[in-house]
Amino acid sequence: MVVADTERITAKTFGVEDSHPDWCGGCGDFGILSAVKQALATLGRPPHEVAVISGIGCAGKLPHYINSYGLHTLHGRALNVATGVKLANQNLEVLVAGGDGDGYGIGAGYLVNSGRRNLNIAYLVHNNGVYGLTKGQAAPTMRRGQKTKGMAEAAIQESVNPIGLAIASGYTFIARGYAMAQRDLVSLIVQAVRHRGTALIDILQPCPIYNDLMTIDFFRGRDVGHNRIYRLEDEGFDGRVHDPSNPDEIVAKQQAAIAKSFEWGDRIPTGVLYQVAAPTYEDELAGRLPELGTNSLLDLATPGQDISRLEDAYR
Amino acid sequence: MAASDNGLSGESIGADSVAGGEHPKRPLAGDDVMKENALSWMIGGPALTGGVNRSAELFAKACARAGLYVFSNVEYHSNIMGRHISYRVRTSDVPVHSHVEHVDLLLALDAETLFGTPEYQDYQRHGGHLHRLAPDGVVVLDSQAKIDHSAIERDDIHVVALAYDDLVRESVEELGVVYNARRHSVMRNMVPIGASCALLDFDINHVVSLVAEVLPAHRQDMVEMNRHVLLHAADQARRAYAKEEFHVTLRPRPERNGHMLIKGVDAVGIAKIHAGCGFQTYYPIAPASDESVMLERHQTTYPIVVLQAEDEVASMNMAVGAAHAGVRAATSTAGPGFSLMAEGLGFASITEAPGPVVVLWQRGGPSTGLPTRQSQQDLRFALQPAHGEFPHIVVAPGDAREAARITHMAFNWGDHYQIPVVVLADKFIANSLVTLDDLGLDDLPIDRGEYWTLEMNGSEPYRRHRLTESGISPRAVFGTPGGQFVTTSDEHTERGRIDEQVENRIAQMDKRMQKLDLASSEIPDEWQYDFVGPDDADVTIVGWGSTRGPITDALPVLESDHGISANFLQIRLLRPFPTTVVHEKLSRARRVVLVEDNYMGQLGLLIAEQTGIKLERMALKYDGRPFSQDEVVEAVCEHHAADIGRLVLSHP
Repeated sequence: MVVADTERITAKTFGVEDSHPDWCGGCGDFGILSAVKQALATLGRPPHEVAVISGIGCAGKLPHYINSYGLHTLHGRALNVATGVKLANQNLEVLVAGGDGDGYGIGAGYLVNSGRRNLNIAYLVHNNGVYGLTKGQAAPTMRRGQKTKGMAEAAIQESVNPIGLAIASGYTFIARGYAMAQRDLVSLIVQAVRHRGTALIDILQPCPIYNDLMTIDFFRGRDVGHNRIYRLEDEGFDGRVHDPSNPDEIVAKQQAAIAKSFEWGDRIPTGVLYQVAAPTYEDELAGRLPELGTNSLLDLATPGQDISRLEDAYR
Repeated sequence: MAASDNGLSGESIGADSVAGGEHPKRPLAGDDVMKENALSWMIGGPALTGGVNRSAELFAKACARAGLYVFSNVEYHSNIMGRHISYRVRTSDVPVHSHVEHVDLLLALDAETLFGTPEYQDYQRHGGHLHRLAPDGVVVLDSQAKIDHSAIERDDIHVVALAYDDLVRESVEELGVVYNARRHSVMRNMVPIGASCALLDFDINHVVSLVAEVLPAHRQDMVEMNRHVLLHAADQARRAYAKEEFHVTLRPRPERNGHMLIKGVDAVGIAKIHAGCGFQTYYPIAPASDESVMLERHQTTYPIVVLQAEDEVASMNMAVGAAHAGVRAATSTAGPGFSLMAEGLGFASITEAPGPVVVLWQRGGPSTGLPTRQSQQDLRFALQPAHGEFPHIVVAPGDAREAARITHMAFNWGDHYQIPVVVLADKFIANSLVTLDDLGLDDLPIDRGEYWTLEMNGSEPYRRHRLTESGISPRAVFGTPGGQFVTTSDEHTERGRIDEQVENRIAQMDKRMQKLDLASSEIPDEWQYDFVGPDDADVTIVGWGSTRGPITDALPVLESDHGISANFLQIRLLRPFPTTVVHEKLSRARRVVLVEDNYMGQLGLLIAEQTGIKLERMALKYDGRPFSQDEVVEAVCEHHAADIGRLVLSHP
């Protein structure tokens, strides 16, 4: 487990030998785990400089299988905990992971408000349309009228549009990945982590046990004769804002991303939907207290601060 | 006395003894010997437009600067503009920690201050303050406000009517300045202060110098105008009250003029900065947010980030994350917010986070309840704030200074025992101003607990929840090379892996809960309880939190005026509970009176649970107002005289 800094960093560096995923066979979480480790290797940060913070559910177990610092927190609260971790120590590479129920349901308020902050973290949402660990209830991503074999009745609530929600919330990097498209997913995770600001990747994944609608065959498009999943870049879609000082370009790119976010059915877009360079929360803090530009609270906030002037102000 | 069916000892609720109501017959007897500097002053008026807060705090500060001991507290509605505020200032030549029922000098900006509002007429006792005025007391009112003088049906007091707006206008014009109501009417709040200075024979320069300090450089021309308003108001008040000397005078005590005048929220804020708290989260809520807002002002000079979160769930969990990552973290809230923090508190505890420190500024519940009013209703909630069984510390300071010192220690305990700590304060401490020499923080120890380093276990993998004799496992701060670990809100192994085996479950439960025993044995007595007064006394008063002020103020009065010797057991540490000492003190006590700002007598229930001792005599208040010194005196006298069980107090 102890990894010397000199050791070459590979995906194996982030592996945990004595802890084995208890996900079901064929679960998309395996693909996401593998992509995360591969991305971390590409990024080259040693394990002790990485923190993976997760919510509750199958996806929430992710940090148990990664050699890094990890907190497997509460349902819907991973972004909150990650915010505290990142602000305490800005040198940490903070990844956040959770399911779609975790992030878009019980944690929806934190999804929105984390976007407003634009902290330098990456958030991976494992989107399989169902609550797996509680045996297949509809997640907020389940579309109205849909019914999996585990649901008693078809969904009568509209689904949330996470990409649109992320745009409206101020996310500065928004992408969609697919758990079974490894190489693309690794690339998206690397880009998300390298992006300065809060990045969201909505990762489509099959739940082979409870979601008989979003199956591998569905994504492969057996029924329609072509792969439903396609890459935005292959069609010349460019979600990146090239001139962040140009509000017209920002609005145009946001509108294009939202339009793409509604594409579902025979064709499902993946890749970077939107990206813009904007001041991070850390930048704002450094503007307030310049020392925070180069140091973390961990180093600065030492006990025994001199408060004599504060006391005197009340005399 | 049989227990009633609601589980409370004493008489049934319908037959409660309700004390209070009549206006005080005389000024507090204990003050008779020193009417010099023993003042109870009150200003009342509408929120925001009245300038009540500014007037009162300026006057309180002037008294503090003059070397007087000051205690000042405010009552206000959950309202921005217009609803009634009353602000008291009590001064003394000895330290004071509470208010008294009577008022010597009442500054009324409107009729409501005197008579209350019509809706109070449905009740026997009205909501105004005229009835609080002591015989020979003076009410200063604004003759230009709509106040019906004939309704003041008391011939034992004096009325001084001043035309506030005219007075300001005349003062401005005296200086050759064209009067502009929008610009100058702000100085109306100098009128009651000027009048007070005249009646109390207090030099207005104490106030003028403060005005000069408060006003920014480009407004210094206003100092002279303010001085003129003060002089003019003082002059008019003297003329209107020419008959005799007012029964209280204020004499400066220059030898004591260096002390602080501070509210609990600010004292706690300073303590957090001193303790190296790097991260404070909050969601706006009365009466807690003043503490966070105070901290926000110091973010450019101290290494602290104050994050206004989207709710208290986020506040709590952000703080937990920062604590795990090695920074002292805190959050601050009131009851409704604490309800949302429940889940995160359990998470902090099972993952053995070092902290966070949660300051719970109690207010009246349940639900939205009385958002700006006093209560001690959250003790039982704070003791069991979430599902499951887990260790945490609950500690209740008795005043602003204790709140600061206990907050400092709370960070030590959070780090040392790797558990969350709840500092259980309340509105009375939060909003009351008190004079202090200092906050007493310099001499307190700093303890960050035991850290893990790579050398500690060689080639062994790091075990975050290692089973140790003490129950404490050295912690690896996120970012420490080789210390990578994961931990989880699920039950887990020593290495933080999800585990549901029975042996591990028992071992980890024992490990965590055992930390409470350790804390109980290690935390010095001074943080666990205080015992004030003679060892042997007629009455032992038991309480927790902010009732300390009125209780300690009442002790000498009980002795001098009523011949009752009383002592006071203040329980500071509520979890883990100082069972042995409480049992010992109460077993030896002759007559115990429980004093609490709640309906149930929650400390009494806790004492019964922990010691088996059931306290039958209670003095309870749940009207949303803090105990006054007089109410404690009254309650102890009644309990001393007869076996009355459950006594409920209120003096509206």
